[in-house]
Amino acid sequence: MPVIHLIAHDGTAVPLQVPEGHSVMQAAVSVGLRGIVGECGGSAMCATCHVYVDPAWADKVQPALPNELEMLECTSSERRPESRLSCQIKVHAGLDGLVVRLPATQQ
Amino acid sequence: MTTDTLATAPHGVPVLDLDPFSNELLADPYPYHAQLREAGPVAWIPKYGFFVTGRHEQVHQVLNDHEAYISSAGVGLANFNKEPPFRPKSLILEADPPSHTRARTVLSRILSPRTVMHIRASFTQEADQLMDGLLAAAQAGEVVDGIARIAEVYPLKVFPDAVGLGSEGRENLLLYGDMIFNAFGPRNELLLRSAEKVQPVTAWIMAHCQRAMLRPGGFGDLIYQAADAGEISQDEAPMLVRSFLSAGVDTTVNGLGNALWCLATHPQAYAKLHADPGLARTAFEETLRYESAVQTFFRTTSRDVALAGVPLPAGSKVLTVLAAANRDQRQWPDPERFDLERRPTGHMAFGSGIHGCVGQVVARLEGELILAALAKRFKRVELASAPTRRLNNTLRALSSLPLRLTPA
Repeated sequence: MPVIHLIAHDGTAVPLQVPEGHSVMQAAVSVGLRGIVGECGGSAMCATCHVYVDPAWADKVQPALPNELEMLECTSSERRPESRLSCQIKVHAGLDGLVVRLPATQQ
Repeated sequence: MTTDTLATAPHGVPVLDLDPFSNELLADPYPYHAQLREAGPVAWIPKYGFFVTGRHEQVHQVLNDHEAYISSAGVGLANFNKEPPFRPKSLILEADPPSHTRARTVLSRILSPRTVMHIRASFTQEADQLMDGLLAAAQAGEVVDGIARIAEVYPLKVFPDAVGLGSEGRENLLLYGDMIFNAFGPRNELLLRSAEKVQPVTAWIMAHCQRAMLRPGGFGDLIYQAADAGEISQDEAPMLVRSFLSAGVDTTVNGLGNALWCLATHPQAYAKLHADPGLARTAFEETLRYESAVQTFFRTTSRDVALAGVPLPAGSKVLTVLAAANRDQRQWPDPERFDLERRPTGHMAFGSGIHGCVGQVVARLEGELILAALAKRFKRVELASAPTRRLNNTLRALSSLPLRLTPA
């Protein structure tokens, strides 16, 4: 099963097993990780599952669709080029080892 | 009203010989929800001839498979492929992609988190003013009706203001919402009574969907601006304004009313909220799970499809019981407990998938601000006497909630 590495805002590294087809947000919420909220349950409607994708992985993650790009304008922490909504990152074998960093706040 | 897809119970599917839209079950649905979850992932309601599902996994699945479980044949009991709808079809609620997508894009941009950032200050001011207005009554030891003085007041002020409506006649929004949500159920006594005033209320609603009645720059006008830009047609614009007016008030009124009820009946939870009003948003989220304002929605199968191995023929009506999913122990540990410390995200109170409530960010804002303003001012919120219920085929609603508020 692919393993994703979440780096919390305080620097703590959290390795997360994510079944293929699940989103990074789903996996984070299911283990009770506090740094990702996912208020809307994964519908790209709340911008509270914001993550920064490590630049080394930027081109391996499927590009954001227009609705996600619009939502990224609403994040509570600074939007950066590597900002993504983790509910829109669907994990597959090619993302094994993916590194994402969590922002300071989600709301 | 019956669906004639199947004259008899489908083989092997558990049968629940009850009327989910009876006054008895609408008044207290929780025992039936438990029965439904335990009977199996899918059951059959012979009284009307539809399938029903109440477990979180299946409700989530149905709502997220919008190709197999469509909305254009209606999201109530009536099958619009077989009979005319109660009112002209909603362009967003009762539509499938691709036409749904165009309408949805416009409304979700207008009700986005970015919009909410802009309206937060004015919505906060209104919440503060409302709660300040209750201090005198509270100090005097008067009973405050949480429905008449909070739940029906705040959403009728802030949301129609944001849409750009004038101040007259807003009670029509409650009458209209009550009717529309009854119309998702059978043509029973509840619907017939609420539809008594259908002509004048509908006339008021449709008149107020016209551009001239809407404040420039408000949410309603932004829909017309989208039509100007060619995203939707000018004919479609008033219908989308109608969507705001149908779905944007009666839902939040009951969301707030139910939240106040949850807190008034769980003093330990309220004490936590009073000690830390920063919990307001989380508290509201848990009330959405625990006492969901919108209890159910239907879908129609577009083809033969299997749900948890149960074959559903094409053209079947399937009732997803959102409120039952929200207390499914397979998803929520100790689901019958109202608990501000749990993570309620993932609940089905706003639905899920492409039709998930487009106004949910505004709804959460209203809930957060009212509960925070309440918690900052009052150290205790208690029932003064028994609440009374307003029955509706789809909504869980109170008509009165007599409260005693103790100032901090």
